[in-house]
Amino acid sequence: MCNKINSQKDLLNMYENVKGLMDVRNFVDKDEKRFISVCAGPGCAALGANSIVENLRKEIKEHGLEGKVETDITGCFGFCAKGPVIKIYPDNVFYMQVKPEDAKRIVEDHLIGGRLVNDLLYTKEDGTLIKEQNEIPFYKKQLRIALNKVGLINPEIFAETIATRGYQALAKSLFELTPEQVIDEVSKSGLRGRGGAGFPTGKKWSFARASKNDKKYIICNADEGDPGAFMDRSILEGDPHSVLEAMAIAGYAIGADEGEIYIRAEYPLAVSRLQIALKQAYEFGVLGDNIMGTDFSFHINIKYGAGAFVCGEETALIHSIEGKRGEPTLKPPFPAVSGLFGKPTNVNNVETWANIPTIILDGGDNFAKVGTEKSKGTKVFALAGKVNNVGLVEIPMGTTLREIIYDIGGGIKNGKKFKAVQTGGPSGGCLTEKDLDTPIDYDNLVAKGSMMGSGGMIVLDEDDCMVDIAKFYLEFTVEESCGKCTPCRVGNKRMLEILEKITNGDGTLEDLETLKRLATVIKDCSLCALGQSAPNPVLSTMLGFPEEYKAHVVDKECPAKVCKGLLKYHIVENNCLGCGNCARHCPVGAITKSDKPSKNEHLMAYQINPDICIKCGTCMENCPAKPKAIER
Amino acid sequence: MLVHITINGIEYEEDSSSTILEAARDHGIKIPTLCFLKRDDCMLEYKPASCRVCIVEIEGRRNLVPACATKVEDGMVIHTNSLRVRAERKAIVELLLSNHPNDCLKCDKNRKCSLQDLADELGIQRVNFDGPLSQENKEIVKGSLVRNPSKCVLCNRCVAMCSEVQTIGAISASQRGFRTIISDSYKCVNCGQCVQVCPTGALLQLDNSREVDKILNDGEHYCVVQTAPAVRVALGEGFGLEPGVDVTKKMVTALRMIGFKKVFDTNFTADLTIMEEATELLERLKDQKNLPLITSCCPGWIKFIETQYPEMLNLPSSCKSPQEMFSAISKTYLAEKLGVDPKKMAVVSLMPCVAKKQEVKREEEKWADFQPTDYSLSTKEFIAMLRRYGIDLNTVPDGEYDTPLGTSTGAADIFANTGGVMEAAVRTAGMWLEGDYPKNINWDTQFAGGGIREATVTVGGTELNLCIASGLGNARKVMEDIKAGKKNYHFVEIMACPGGCINGGGQPTVRSIKQLETLQMRRKGIQDIDKGKTLRVSCDNPEVQALYKEYLEKPGSELAHKLLHTSYHDSSEE
Repeated sequence: MCNKINSQKDLLNMYENVKGLMDVRNFVDKDEKRFISVCAGPGCAALGANSIVENLRKEIKEHGLEGKVETDITGCFGFCAKGPVIKIYPDNVFYMQVKPEDAKRIVEDHLIGGRLVNDLLYTKEDGTLIKEQNEIPFYKKQLRIALNKVGLINPEIFAETIATRGYQALAKSLFELTPEQVIDEVSKSGLRGRGGAGFPTGKKWSFARASKNDKKYIICNADEGDPGAFMDRSILEGDPHSVLEAMAIAGYAIGADEGEIYIRAEYPLAVSRLQIALKQAYEFGVLGDNIMGTDFSFHINIKYGAGAFVCGEETALIHSIEGKRGEPTLKPPFPAVSGLFGKPTNVNNVETWANIPTIILDGGDNFAKVGTEKSKGTKVFALAGKVNNVGLVEIPMGTTLREIIYDIGGGIKNGKKFKAVQTGGPSGGCLTEKDLDTPIDYDNLVAKGSMMGSGGMIVLDEDDCMVDIAKFYLEFTVEESCGKCTPCRVGNKRMLEILEKITNGDGTLEDLETLKRLATVIKDCSLCALGQSAPNPVLSTMLGFPEEYKAHVVDKECPAKVCKGLLKYHIVENNCLGCGNCARHCPVGAITKSDKPSKNEHLMAYQINPDICIKCGTCMENCPAKPKAIER
Repeated sequence: MLVHITINGIEYEEDSSSTILEAARDHGIKIPTLCFLKRDDCMLEYKPASCRVCIVEIEGRRNLVPACATKVEDGMVIHTNSLRVRAERKAIVELLLSNHPNDCLKCDKNRKCSLQDLADELGIQRVNFDGPLSQENKEIVKGSLVRNPSKCVLCNRCVAMCSEVQTIGAISASQRGFRTIISDSYKCVNCGQCVQVCPTGALLQLDNSREVDKILNDGEHYCVVQTAPAVRVALGEGFGLEPGVDVTKKMVTALRMIGFKKVFDTNFTADLTIMEEATELLERLKDQKNLPLITSCCPGWIKFIETQYPEMLNLPSSCKSPQEMFSAISKTYLAEKLGVDPKKMAVVSLMPCVAKKQEVKREEEKWADFQPTDYSLSTKEFIAMLRRYGIDLNTVPDGEYDTPLGTSTGAADIFANTGGVMEAAVRTAGMWLEGDYPKNINWDTQFAGGGIREATVTVGGTELNLCIASGLGNARKVMEDIKAGKKNYHFVEIMACPGGCINGGGQPTVRSIKQLETLQMRRKGIQDIDKGKTLRVSCDNPEVQALYKEYLEKPGSELAHKLLHTSYHDSSEE
């Protein structure tokens, strides 16, 4: 199959020829063939996914199963907490925390012996084992649309893309729909921008279509930058063709013949997968001149970003592609009117693109069946922080935070108490206990003082200090501010300095007022969304946890015992063994013998001189007493 | 299309192409600005909307918007002065001040600083935000420019001037966030246009006036001064006079008052330049080689061609600039005449220019370890000097230039305006070839808004294609056309500053938006001086004629070449 695809019929013929490749994975049990998918997402790859495939192949060969059992890597399964994960088709068995040396057991016990490898199965709290992926709580409430092929296909094998209906949406658009009908379908779907702001995609496309010009551009924003977020990376690594296909569809819809993918250079695997996919797409004639024999031509270039967060802002991204400093400019004019090189440009984020083929193939109305009234479809979140099941999850809009954190996420780690969940990254805010039953959609999150953002979701527990969290995000924005406009450049820096002052124990009540005043000015007056949303983490934590801020500035105490500047180490004489271990380990000689007796009647208890103590915690680590004699 | 808008409760009709800032100004409402820069003289409208000082409130919009870059829309209800706007605008200026050294008393821009003005206008009595400066409060000297990044408000106006108008790109923002700094590169041509648009003390010109103070008072030097044509119509602005008022005579007295032994006129060597350059033009036309001849009076332009078009260095005239010709003649012919040891003679030039400060140091200008011009002062430096000496130009009596280097024709005065050197050369060439010169050349000004002008004139039976360009962006266009063989010019005049020397980097800074009017007034001042003179063709200057007769023999002679001509070098790798 290296012939160019010259018509819709060619494509469908090819599909018919290769769709059998997916049979086993579609649970069609043919001639007792089996397929083992090995997740090669970032986490699993780091833990040896490639060695697992290698060992599995070796064992398969040694046991004479060649031709009967195949194995290959795929994109991310999402269940990073339990990686590396593998799935055996059509048995529908899901193994986790697999090590390369487990290959032998999997082949001998499972494939040959027909016995499940129990210790690699998911174990519920009550001890029952779960063998099927769909039964695992982590997956139960998920719905994969944007990630539908991620983890299913080998992204480097073009036939697998074709076998999973790849490029059929493009063919349908070119051969069966007018550009207006394509836009109509996208509008009907209710799809909104997955990059964070949630602007209706169909509307965006129609603006770009309405701009009259001899040249227009399509841009894929793959400058994923929220701390912890990696859904765009996973899509590009696991299913690059869906993005290419979607960009071509948009090109047809708005009248553009060129696309740019702006991707951060720190994603080497995504870049390499994209390059492979582009080469394949050109070779088979689904990109390039006269796509599938039509008059429509569309070319895509890859542009590398240097990892500046602000370049995710579409005007800054455009300037960066133009070779200028990555700084935003005032909108209007919007890119749909004057974008790349002054030409009408449509910019969408990776996850948005990944939804397009499904919308075109299955219809906008169908897509709109999922979700809430104003937010349709699904959203991918990178679930992280203090939950048991961290990973990549795709959930229907309208799912509650409680469902994500407790059902999918498996609750808070180590039985600690939930405190807050941060969404929207540096632009978002912290939601508290009372917001847990809010159905997630764009508007609800904004109403609660946070935002959807690109999908970072970090769960915090009782050990997290909210002032420290606010400081963490602000440090990020201060570092990533482009420096163009005054409020963001100077204002955020001054806010950060105040937070540093507070966490060092030097804050005053007046500082809290100054924080609020600064936050208002920065939100109201900054040039771009980065600045306008930068104070959100501070404002939302001040709103949700006023008592915690007050404790820092009035009582000079950090309730979560995080802010070093506010910690006071002291020795409880009744617990002290008088062993002197703490004093011997103290790097600054702050601990001396006191004149009070210790638990051990022969020895005196020790004491810490707070003026010398540097709050490093070494004494606490080295105290052998139970309970520890050192408290903070 | 007219739209209806409401500003501060009053309804107005406004054209839909206007910004809120323009609409407000049309109706007498002031909205303060800082980064906004509108320069009609070089067709630059720079509105990055980055300082956020001009923010206003629009009903129905969540955020405040920058008035400079937001267009009016029908039904817009705008508040430029609500409590919210005032509080937030004040906070923004306070933020800028929290990252500013605030050593105004010691700053060169004291009382001439836009940030100071803003703080005053907004009634800022204390800065509520506090924190360390992003940059060290330290001056960095490079070429003719002095930078102090700690005083920079990152308006980027200098970058716009350098990149968009002058197309040099010598300065640009580097680093990001709070650490953002305007950095420089070697490509700077020292035109000083960046200094002219800096709202604060972050960009200043090099100050040589203290050194001049010293040589004037050390009793060892015989100090003579030469004054460039453009200075005389702008100097008065430093003393409350209108732009364009000719203060030549008072300037001459003032220079004597601060201690110069002889006060001469660079105009004299402007006439001399024409004698040499017109001769060179006729020679090149005869040989049909190295055409077009391009003027070489402007050191900014010379540095530009040396760095950007080194392969075309055969084109500029080998004539030194009038400043350097003057100094060469002073330290030879004049020194001999006055009986002064040329080594004890100090020549100071008073120029509208800061690039001249670098020209004096050019290796090519030196002979026998001799730097012909000792110091070059700008109009601005001279104004500051006079203030220090307690001299008010308004109350100074008139004076006359000394001889023999003090006489000039109107053709020399017009060197100050773009196109003046061209016109002066055509006058002399015409006189030589046919006993008269074309009075009204029909310039085609359709290019670059008049920044490039073209004409074809017939002189002595030969058709000459002429071109005048001012501003280095325009110079680049002309050079590209010549390089591509698109234009067949014979003679080209290029000045680095938009509008010529009257708009030089050393002239008094125009802080209002009335840049164009100011230039027009200065230009007219020069034209009036030319018209008022009896002698208007360089070859008619009797003192120039005497110089040739007594000393140089004839234009283009061997001695003339030794003293009045120079050479250029490739600076692209420097």
